[in-house]
Amino acid sequence: MTATPDTRPTTPEFDLDRAWDLHPQVSVRPEPFGALLYHFGTRRLSFLKDRGLLSVVQALAAAPTARAACQAAGAGEDDVPRYTRALAVLARSSMLTERHPGP
Amino acid sequence: MTVKTERLVDLFEQGLDAPICLTWELTYACNLSCTHCLSSSGRRDPRELSTAEAKAVIDELEAMQVFYVNIGGGEPTVRPDFWELLDYATAHRVGVKFSTNGVRITPEAARRLAANDYVDVQISLDGATAEVNDAVRGPGSYDTALRAMANLAEAGMKNFKMSVVCTRHNIGQLDDFREIADRYGAQLRLTRLRPSGRGADVWDELHPLPEQQRELYDWLVEHGDRVLTGDSFFHLSAFGSSLPGLNLCGAGRVVCLIDPVGDVYACPFAIHEEFLAGNVRDEGGFAEVWRHSELFLGLREPQQGGACTSCSFYDTCKGGCMAAKFFTGLPLDGPDPECVQGHGESLLAGHREVPAPSGDHSHRTTPSRRPVPVTISRSLPPRPAHPPVSACQESPLAGIPVR
Repeated sequence: MTATPDTRPTTPEFDLDRAWDLHPQVSVRPEPFGALLYHFGTRRLSFLKDRGLLSVVQALAAAPTARAACQAAGAGEDDVPRYTRALAVLARSSMLTERHPGP
Repeated sequence: MTVKTERLVDLFEQGLDAPICLTWELTYACNLSCTHCLSSSGRRDPRELSTAEAKAVIDELEAMQVFYVNIGGGEPTVRPDFWELLDYATAHRVGVKFSTNGVRITPEAARRLAANDYVDVQISLDGATAEVNDAVRGPGSYDTALRAMANLAEAGMKNFKMSVVCTRHNIGQLDDFREIADRYGAQLRLTRLRPSGRGADVWDELHPLPEQQRELYDWLVEHGDRVLTGDSFFHLSAFGSSLPGLNLCGAGRVVCLIDPVGDVYACPFAIHEEFLAGNVRDEGGFAEVWRHSELFLGLREPQQGGACTSCSFYDTCKGGCMAAKFFTGLPLDGPDPECVQGHGESLLAGHREVPAPSGDHSHRTTPSRRPVPVTISRSLPPRPAHPPVSACQESPLAGIPVR
């Protein structure tokens, strides 16, 4: 098991104003505390320790930007900075990929 | 992504909707007779799950979103439907990591494995030399494992695992193990010797000595980032800093085991009726056992530290491995038999009763290493109700009382 809870303070290098998706090889399993994410390609496990963050992640696919996903998931202004940090960690471990508009 | 101060380990103590790490022993049949086999494998159990039943389990795992299963045995590849089940699982998005001694990893099998993104392979090797390995795993097993790794490397399989059970005789070979793994592009995985299954019979002579535990800990601290441990060594964290991983006994909380006949146990090292939670053939299947069995619900209750509560390392080691305590006859709420603070040694030296095994599938051709108790009696056997029938008696009614 490569459980790697990331507790380092992170500099958000995550563009909230772009469109993001879960990586196609990532599975999401809701749990009472939040969710588990598993990437079949990298074989890494990640954790969402918050149901609100899970809603944001689930809203990404249908939202034009990550910021819109936060709003769609009902996140308050105060929540957005910590969600951004969490999304940045997910993007860095390839759990999220940027979605580019199709031709 | 810590958004709350709660630690994951605290969240996991209450259990999950489905296991993260599920071990599935597909068969008790094995071509080897390793002296420390956790599951006392050798002979196939006639009640083994059929192909259809095994597929039904996979369907359930898919529905529960169990991301991957660790398949073992016995030697799983000797099941004739092994490849069929492997393909079925991966087609249903249940990833498979399987442990093998390498006997069926031919060049062709290796190519097949390398082509499947959802499969990971783990080759067992318990000595960096044939001498050390074969003493535990049997003659020829070193060559078999290395041939399998060569086939996997040749097929382009990347990052497969080479898994080592750490013993008194191989702790000094850790650097050599890494060199072998590097040679084949494999990742080294080290695990703890457990006194489970036939391991109970050899644990006293094979488990690492106290100074070797320190050596292992130091080696893991230095090389831990490149080595997998399956969270095996959390009892070593009482040496100082925690090792990478959850450092939690996951039994019934995040891990469990399904055995070849469908019995569900709390962890891979606890194949004993004391830790039997149910069977996948029961109504409600595996999900019912995982979510509602009395045993698992009990394991998810906050555990009492007992004799360990006053120890300053209790928070990191949590009293160590439940199975190791059980099979060495130590109280479950006390220290681990290999407690690095030395609290287990006095208990091991004192009076204890090692539990009798509740099952055994060992080959019958290998004499048991466990002493067999024999009762010698001087009293005469009771007189039989009917005289014994001679083998030469030709009458079909011989021995049957006829009025």
